[in-house]
Parts: sequence; C-alpha cells; structure tokens
Amino acid sequence: MSNATIDDSEVDIVIAAINPDLKSFLNEWRPIISQFHLIIVKDPDMKQELQIPEGFNADVFTKADITRKVGSSTSIVFSGYSCRYFGYLVSRKKYIISIDDDCTPARDSNGDLVDVVAQHIANLKTPATPFFFNTLYDPFRKGADFVRGYPFSLRSGVTCGLSCGLWLNLADLDAPTQALKPEQRNSRYVDAVMTVPVRALLPVSGVNIAFDREVVGPALFPALRLAGEGKFRWETMEDIWCGMCVKVVCDHLGLGVKTGMPYVWRKDRGDAVQSLKKEWEGVKLMEEVVPFFQSVRLPRSAVTAEDCVVSMAKTVKEELGKVDPMFARASDAMAEWVKLWKSVGSSSSEA
Amino acid sequence: MATPTHLLKDELDIVIPTIRNLDFLEMWRPFLQPYHLIIVQDGDPTKTIKVPEGFDYELYNRNDINRMLGPRSNCISFKDSACRCFGYMVSKKKYIFTIDDDCFVAQDPSGKLVNALEQHIKNLLCPSTPFFFNTLYDPFREGADFVRGYPFSLREGVPTAVSHGLWLNIPDYDAPTQLVKPLERNTRYVDAVLTIPKGTLFPMCGMNLAFDRDLIGPAMYFGLMGDGQPIGRYDDMWAGWCIKVICDHLGLGVKTGLPYIYHSKASNPFVNLRKEYKGIFWQEEIIPFFQAAVLPKDCTTVQACYIELSKQVKDKLGKVDPYFDKLADAMVTWIEAWDELNPSGPGAKIAK
Repeated sequence: MSNATIDDSEVDIVIAAINPDLKSFLNEWRPIISQFHLIIVKDPDMKQELQIPEGFNADVFTKADITRKVGSSTSIVFSGYSCRYFGYLVSRKKYIISIDDDCTPARDSNGDLVDVVAQHIANLKTPATPFFFNTLYDPFRKGADFVRGYPFSLRSGVTCGLSCGLWLNLADLDAPTQALKPEQRNSRYVDAVMTVPVRALLPVSGVNIAFDREVVGPALFPALRLAGEGKFRWETMEDIWCGMCVKVVCDHLGLGVKTGMPYVWRKDRGDAVQSLKKEWEGVKLMEEVVPFFQSVRLPRSAVTAEDCVVSMAKTVKEELGKVDPMFARASDAMAEWVKLWKSVGSSSSEA
Repeated sequence: MATPTHLLKDELDIVIPTIRNLDFLEMWRPFLQPYHLIIVQDGDPTKTIKVPEGFDYELYNRNDINRMLGPRSNCISFKDSACRCFGYMVSKKKYIFTIDDDCFVAQDPSGKLVNALEQHIKNLLCPSTPFFFNTLYDPFREGADFVRGYPFSLREGVPTAVSHGLWLNIPDYDAPTQLVKPLERNTRYVDAVLTIPKGTLFPMCGMNLAFDRDLIGPAMYFGLMGDGQPIGRYDDMWAGWCIKVICDHLGLGVKTGLPYIYHSKASNPFVNLRKEYKGIFWQEEIIPFFQAAVLPKDCTTVQACYIELSKQVKDKLGKVDPYFDKLADAMVTWIEAWDELNPSGPGAKIAK
C-alpha cells in the first residue's frame, strides 16, 4: 500500500486511556502496533486500575507522573481526552500516532485490515501539496500523479506536518447531528488521501491523527476546555481548537496537512441525546472561533511552531478573551504549553 | 438495469465537440438519449458527422460559427476541442454537460455502470461548502454529514456552479508525465465528491464537466487554442482558473470528484508536448496571476467579473507574451457574443 519504509524507532503510539480496560483494544491493534513503542496515559480522573495485556513495549503514565513532571499547573488540565497531550510532551520520537481507545482496526474494501501506522507514516513522509489542488488527490500515491495543468514549480511539495485520518461506523459527528440521525453510520470507504489547501480550515478530529512532532509538536495542546467537557468525543472541542491552530501554523510555516485515509473503526458508544446539553456550548463557540482563525495573521518573525503558538495565544486573549472567559483560559494554557514544551518536551524537536 | 430517471431533461444540454463520429454515444444511450445534444463540429465543415439514431440534436460546424458570430467568430478556436464553448453560448438551457467523444461509461467497484450525468446533476442541485473543509467530503451525500466542529452557520452552503468529474483508465496527464509513464492507468475509484475550498485553484479538465449556465456560463470561455495559436491543451485550464476566481468572488461553489467516466483514448504525447510546450512555462506566471487576482466589489455579474478579469490579463500577462493581449481581447469578444446571443436570459442575472 505505501512505499515509505517505517523505522520503528521513529514512531510513538500515544493512547489516552479513557476506559480502564485496554485489553480488547490493545489485542485488536496488536498485529499493527506491537512492534512500536506505546505511551499510554491514564486519564487522571480515572479511579480504576488500567488493564493492559502482555507483549507490548509500553510506558504508562498516571496522574502521579503528570504531577511530578509538570507540577500542578493551573492553566493546563490534562484530564479526559486531553491526557494524551502529556504523552506528546514526553515522547522523544519524530512521529506520533494517536487513536482514541474506543477504536479498532478497520477493513478496506478488499476486506484487508487497514494498517493505520503505515498509512499515517506514508502520509507524513511524502510531501503535501497545499498551494494548488490536484484533482487526482495525493499525487505521490502509487498509480497517481499530478494532472495536466498542475504547475511544475509546485510539484516538489512541502513537508507534511499533520495526517488526519477518518472513521468507519461511528463518524465523528457532533451531538445534535448524531441525535437527529441516530441510525446513521459511515460505511463509505473513500480510497484517497489529499492535502487540505492553504488557507482552508478544517475540523481536526483527535480520534485518529498523526503528526511530525519535530515540526508541529508545540502546536498540538490541551487548551480549550468546555465547561461541561465530558468523556465522549461529542462533549469536547479540545481537538477542534488545536486543529485550527495547527492549520494556521502550518499555513504560516509552509507545511502541509493531509486528510483522508487511514480509516479506523469507531465503536458505538454513548448517547448523543444525553450529550446534547453539554455539547451545545461547543457548537455555539465555533461560530466565534472560525471567523477568528480565518482572519488571524502570524508575524513574519514567527518561524517556529513555538513562536507561532506564543503569538496566537496573545491574539486569542486580545480578540476572543472578551467574548468568553474560556478563551482567556485557553490563551493562558497555550502560553504555558510552550513553556512546558521547551522545558519538558524539548529534546528531539528542532526549530 | 433499472430504468434510469432522466432528471432535468428539458433543462440541460449536452455539448460535444467532435471531428470524427459520435459512435461513443451508443454506450451512453440509456443515460443520455432523452437529452438534447449540441454538437460542435471542429475541423473540415464539409465532412458529415454521423449521429446515432434517436438522439435529438443541433449541429454547428465552422461555417455556422462564422455565420452566426460574424467578425466575433475569431474568439472561437479552430482545430481544437476548445471550440466546444460555442455550444455553451448557443444553448438556451440552464445546465450544460460536456463530454469528450472518447469517453465511455465507467463501472464502479461493484461493477455497476456509472450514470455520470445523474451524478453531475446531483452535484449541481445540492449546495457546495467552500468556506470550511468537511473531512467527510460532500455532507449532502446520502450517508454523510457535517462533522463535529463544522460551524452551523456554514451548513447551508452556497449554490453549486460547476461539477468537475474524473476519469478512469487513461489519466489526464500532461505530455512530460505521459512520456515518463506511458503505461500508467487510473484504476482507483475514489468514492467522493468534495467542494474545492474558496481561494484554491485547480486544473479543470473539460472531458467530463457540468455547470449551471445561469450561474457561471459567461465565464466558461475556453480561450484561443489550436489553429494559428501558439498553444493547445490549456483551454479547459484557462476556463477553470477564470471560473474559480469568479465563483470565489460571487460566493458560488465548485465540486470535484464523482462521477467517473472511462477515458479510452491516449493522445500522442509528442503531439501534446508541442501543443503544451509554451503553456508549461507560461503557467508559472499565469498561476500567481490568478492566485492574486482580486475583483472589485461592484462586479456583481459574471460578465462584469469576466470583463474585469480580461483587463487584468491584458495588464499583467500581456508582458509575458503578446498572446495574452490577444486572449484578453478575445475574452471581451466572447462576452459581447454571449450577450448578443443571450440578450436577457441566462447569464445576465445579477449574482448574489
């Protein structure tokens, strides 16, 4: 499927344990991830012990580890889905792949298991093409190429910083949408990867993502926390928020963001109608958030992801802080994150 | 096979440029027979083009074009499939589907024959979403929707002006790529339709294309190609860059993806290289021009946008080559001809 060779030592798989029993999750993923190093971060709010099967090269981090490493920070809360960011912080690898613990491997249209790692790495290792849309999608895939009319000067592409995967079965829809269509499941396997064009924003789902930690690591952070944030994806916006930041940062730094394959199979979980009340807040917020990100400009002097996040944090505070205190807190968390990244997360990242 | 429904059969024309014959239509019969054809015959006008029985059509050759447009006929290319845009101009319908005469019906992965026109119509009849990218692609398709994080205020979408289809088998590569990969075939059926985001340009291929003539028709000029011109195989590209800038300005959408057709004929790469040669260099100037093109707020119709664009072409690309001067003039001639043939109807409406 992919031509990129994977160096196992380049990859960390980061799992946020929202559920204590990881046995079936890890056993289902075993054929695909057992040769890689795993970073498992236990949700600090979880009282139960984690259950992890044998045969994995895994480091597990708990609340105690988090507190020891980062102190008791007031602006960054590593709870729920956001505990995964602690995993990003302590990783020393170039590539990180992160999948929600309610997902299992999907099968493609031939019935073969989708190797999520191989596809994400292929996406990250081949160039992205954000400046002009290729109608045959990713031109670097086997059997594809740039089409007639694609300018030659743009064919070498740019580094891909982020790879956004998709989901079969339970798609990552918001609570109102899922509540309206309770039976809807995503059964369409779209055999494509494509670069999201420069200046186009997208909702980045944390359910199934991978990124180049060296180039964009500082731009993925736990910052936007809904007042009613919960343990179901449709009760969060943290990934959507940092996804917008990452896209703006990538656009500014001339990096690419790809979307499409690989797919994971997302299990049915939760009740959208129950979550509706909580998640309505997040849905309303997007109306403020999107125009903000569409217009934010980063200074020319910002040449690293850290610089970009610091600058964006300031702008968030100035422009969105007055709209809702949640944004002011997000701004603080962003600034704090960069400091943390520099002190704890620094070693393998290059400017 | 179930009887296909023939949506919009009185509101859509099928425009086909040809120099040889239309045998390919036999395969399309179940899907296309109820629709009216506009055949633009390129090349030798004394030749007779055989149209398969049962199709309702009007046919125009070079003599007709010259007669109908008079001195303005110089804006319509000769000895190049770019002449097809004459068909857009003379149509009286709201929608156009244009297809090349070497394009056959494709099969989807289940073996089912693809009704390309039906998919184009679906694409055109439901909104586009250019302002925010939906990771599940076209949210209006059955089984899809807007994903978490997609702002509700943007979920109504905007009208779709263009539906750009793709091709299995012979891919639409440029000459250099064809020379390097003569055996490559596109076998990947990507089951998606998506809106090309605002502000993003793309290479528009005219082989399998549909559009709303009312919304964007006057901007679908396929330029000066072929006989007496320094360039070929950039007709649809040129139109694609123009329509995208104008659609972005007017708040209209452009979709790409399904439907697929089966492209059967590989053109000669050496012939193509000669045609494209200048274009390969020129496009390095042309693309930044279109990427930076800004249309003034008071351009609220397609024609006004197009005339303004022609001024900018003359101004900024004229220095690249005198060809662009001629092209800018031809763009104006095209609009004059369009307005004369379409006095108060489609294309003259004020856009949103």
